[in-house]
Amino acid sequence: MHELAVCQGLVDEIARVARAQGADEVQAVTVAVGALAGVESGLLERAFVIARAGTVAAQARLQLQSLPARVACSECGAEAEVAPNRLLCPACGGWRVRVVGGEELLLIRVELTRAVPAALQVQV
Amino acid sequence: MCANCGCAVPGDHAVHAHGHHHHGDGTHAPAPSEAVAVLTGLLDANDREAKHNREHLDAYGVLAVNLMSSPGAGKTRLLEATIDALAGRLRIAVIEGDLETENDARRIRAKGVPAVQITTGTACHLDAHMVHDALHEIDLGNLDILFIENVGNLVCPAAFDLGQHLNVTLLSVTEGADKPAKYPVMFRASDLLLLTKTDLLAVIDDFDPQEARGHFRALANPAPVFQVSARQPETLAPWIAWLEIQRAHRRATAGSQPRPQAWNAAA
Repeated sequence: MHELAVCQGLVDEIARVARAQGADEVQAVTVAVGALAGVESGLLERAFVIARAGTVAAQARLQLQSLPARVACSECGAEAEVAPNRLLCPACGGWRVRVVGGEELLLIRVELTRAVPAALQVQV
Repeated sequence: MCANCGCAVPGDHAVHAHGHHHHGDGTHAPAPSEAVAVLTGLLDANDREAKHNREHLDAYGVLAVNLMSSPGAGKTRLLEATIDALAGRLRIAVIEGDLETENDARRIRAKGVPAVQITTGTACHLDAHMVHDALHEIDLGNLDILFIENVGNLVCPAAFDLGQHLNVTLLSVTEGADKPAKYPVMFRASDLLLLTKTDLLAVIDDFDPQEARGHFRALANPAPVFQVSARQPETLAPWIAWLEIQRAHRRATAGSQPRPQAWNAAA
């Protein structure tokens, strides 16, 4: 499905970070996946193995953080975790809600090794 | 997000590194592994291109409508009937997305409307880049509404912004009324839900439009729901009126925005 396209975006972003940091290897990356992002975690993990091949992230572990759907009700003020297919306010049943969590599809952390220690790069 | 400095808000910083092997004397261990805090969307590149598409459409005051549904819900048939209903009133062009064949584009062209077929090969969705390429084949200066008929699929297209202004999702009465509960990401993103092939309700007794509405409303989506049948043009009246209102609104809004400079040069 589209998880491979999403992973290609992820690998591009990892490569950009690695370049900016002067890194020659990426050990691990952490990605946040919201319940409303439309991405299946298991498929993302399998697609990452394909997408990372031949890149700076070829050996990288993918760590996923699943985030639940959350809504904030504009009528009663309640904020709560909800099922992705039931986004009404669980407290008052109202539909005037804002989705405040669950749409995330974010690269949040990259663990990398530099070719040259950072101390040397900045202190020369 | 970041245990070292507590920064967590997107936009606070682009990228910054924290050595995990700081020593008391300020030196670093050899070849340290470092954690770099980043907060970028995995689809940011697509979203940037989608924004670029939208600016280009806005420069011409064109309304772009993304049609999504499962395969066979009647997207192309609805477009044919819509073209007939809007003939002489609004100028239309269509971008067709399919894995293979020019069949749908051919059907639209047979109505005298320009159509660009995107064949995605194995890709299950359109993305902003494909639409960008297709936009270069369309005369936007001679256009009111651009329809983008996405690949028939209730999952993948929902994740990719194309630069459209509005999403319209079709649910045919030959499908289950609980589709909005099964595919919430797509139905939540809908600005309009069309229950299609409603002429068949006379012979299909296991699709309850009220049940479909109920599942749709459970997604806290206040968008209108219309029942239409392309075989019964009179049922299209609310859909056509909705399009005309959205089109007038788009023209009024887009007129206030400056035209982007050298769009083609940047492409």
